[in-house]
Amino acid sequence: MRKNSNVAFYVPYVLWLALFVIAPMLLIFYQSFFDINGHFTLGNYVTYFQSGTYLAMTFNSVWYAFLITAVTLLISYPAAYILHYMKHKQLWLLLIILPTWINLLLKAYAFIGIFGRDGGLNNFLGLFGIVPQQLLFTDAAFIFVAAYIEIPFMILPIFNGIEELDEGLINASRDLGASPWQTFTKVTWPLTISGVKSGVQAVFIPSLSLFMLTRLIGGNRVITLGTAIEEHFLTTMNWGMGSTIGVVLIVAMVIIMFLTGERNKLKKGGKHHA
Amino acid sequence: MKKLIAYVAVILVICLGLGATSHQLAASQGAGGDKVLNLANWGDYIDPSLVKQFEKESGYHVNLETFDSNEAMFTKIKQGGTHYDLTVPSEYMVEKMTKAHLLVPLDKSKLHGLNNYGHYFMNKSFDPGNKYSLPYFWGTLGIIYNDKFVKPGSVAHWNDLWNKKYKGSIMLIDSARDIMGMGLVSLDKSMNTTDTATLEAAKAKLDAMSGNVKAVVADEIKMYMENNEAPLAVDWSGEASEMLAENSHLHYVVPSEGSNLWFDNFVIPRTAKHYKAIYAFLNFMTRPKNAAKNAEYVGYATPNDAARKLLPKSVKNDKQFYPDKTTMDHLEVYKDLNPRIVGVYNDLFLEFKMYRR
Repeated sequence: MRKNSNVAFYVPYVLWLALFVIAPMLLIFYQSFFDINGHFTLGNYVTYFQSGTYLAMTFNSVWYAFLITAVTLLISYPAAYILHYMKHKQLWLLLIILPTWINLLLKAYAFIGIFGRDGGLNNFLGLFGIVPQQLLFTDAAFIFVAAYIEIPFMILPIFNGIEELDEGLINASRDLGASPWQTFTKVTWPLTISGVKSGVQAVFIPSLSLFMLTRLIGGNRVITLGTAIEEHFLTTMNWGMGSTIGVVLIVAMVIIMFLTGERNKLKKGGKHHA
Repeated sequence: MKKLIAYVAVILVICLGLGATSHQLAASQGAGGDKVLNLANWGDYIDPSLVKQFEKESGYHVNLETFDSNEAMFTKIKQGGTHYDLTVPSEYMVEKMTKAHLLVPLDKSKLHGLNNYGHYFMNKSFDPGNKYSLPYFWGTLGIIYNDKFVKPGSVAHWNDLWNKKYKGSIMLIDSARDIMGMGLVSLDKSMNTTDTATLEAAKAKLDAMSGNVKAVVADEIKMYMENNEAPLAVDWSGEASEMLAENSHLHYVVPSEGSNLWFDNFVIPRTAKHYKAIYAFLNFMTRPKNAAKNAEYVGYATPNDAARKLLPKSVKNDKQFYPDKTTMDHLEVYKDLNPRIVGVYNDLFLEFKMYRR
């Protein structure tokens, strides 16, 4: 009886995974082998890898995702570190997570108001006699807003990593004569790297396929693979090509997961043996 | 385990309950009944008081359902889960639905007042002889400018947008067909060009204006233009009329050398059942007084010339939305191109969007 009930509790998860994770991926993979007239073809992949446009777009996507991740990390690591030593850290953490309760679109529209020609930021700059600047539809605005949206997802894992860090190790390092910089590079950073890695995963992967922001904040002056997929599914109705780009994105994500995840495990294993 | 089964049972019961309720609702709302008209229309695209008046006058109850894209409506009707009696596709969708055998021909003998419609709006390439469709509203693609930044009259043609002084000032509508079309007309070519070399040339022409483009966006153009965010925009007349209503500095121009002429049209889908109600409604909406009232409410241009005469002078003589004869003669209706060409349009447009100064 006990065993049976265990199996019953698995069923929802297995069903969920099968229906909403495995099946859609298989469908995308399957769709990618059909051209616009519904004939079986490998042409979509040939088109993809022969077209300068798609390759440039892939490069763009990876580049912007990298920039967003780098900016986010640069802000999040010190923030998480300071947070760790704060008095009411749970409260501060809650405040950082709070913006994720607000819908993405609302936040994007709020930024349109802030960055606009007559927007809050330009009015503020006007106080110092600076003429209105073009802020919306620039790379900087796009990366800023994307980083703003992703920051909570980076801070959380890093914060948890730092929380788990044994304070005694840092004290020991100081006692043994290490400078603060040495303590950071030799003790703190290596011990919190797993948090950083999950943070990078949580930010880089969604950033690869951002598409609403590319239009709303980037004004379609920033084109990523997400834009192309949207276009193929909604306007061209070329689902095959859209799926092909989707498959490429999935593969890219698997590679990122592998680079940031697996090696980490190996290292850990190595340490245990030593 | 027992708990789990109980939960599953509860969920199933709730589902069944909801299913039964929705079935009942559908039944009580007509679908089955006889004195009804099931109309599928775009959101806020008919004067509600006219619907009430029609119901009172004819005794039919109108079930209004809305859709927000031609493609969504097409898929719904094709899959057959609906029972629409009338729907309002755009012109290229009329052609597509005709090809997919989803439409029932109009019975002209039951329609009154067909000669109310202007000759510019009848017998177009998407439906020769108006076999299946009756125009509802029409419009154009054009340039919106803000007189705070642009001198009135200095932008009247597509090629004016290539002027170096408009660096980073133009917002374009995110639509492959329209923007590629603009490039084509600026080269004196047809908006329905299917020749790849010409399309490439149009794309190269567009690349040359890339420095002037501030952004390529969709519905947000309306908000940006109302907030004086950009001096110039390329958008549809329907959107333009809404912007102009909000910001008196905005003006709309249809380039006289050519642009797109679009239509939304009444058609009877295959799923229709209540033919008496359909013709009663079409005749009701064709009556000049009603069509004029509707045009005032929606704010789009009416193809019903008799109705246009009843509109206030400031509206019916507005060159922005009822262009003069020369311009009208140069307007082109989009043809339903074959999917391969549509793909070429979209790929070139995507390349244009990626091209930077």
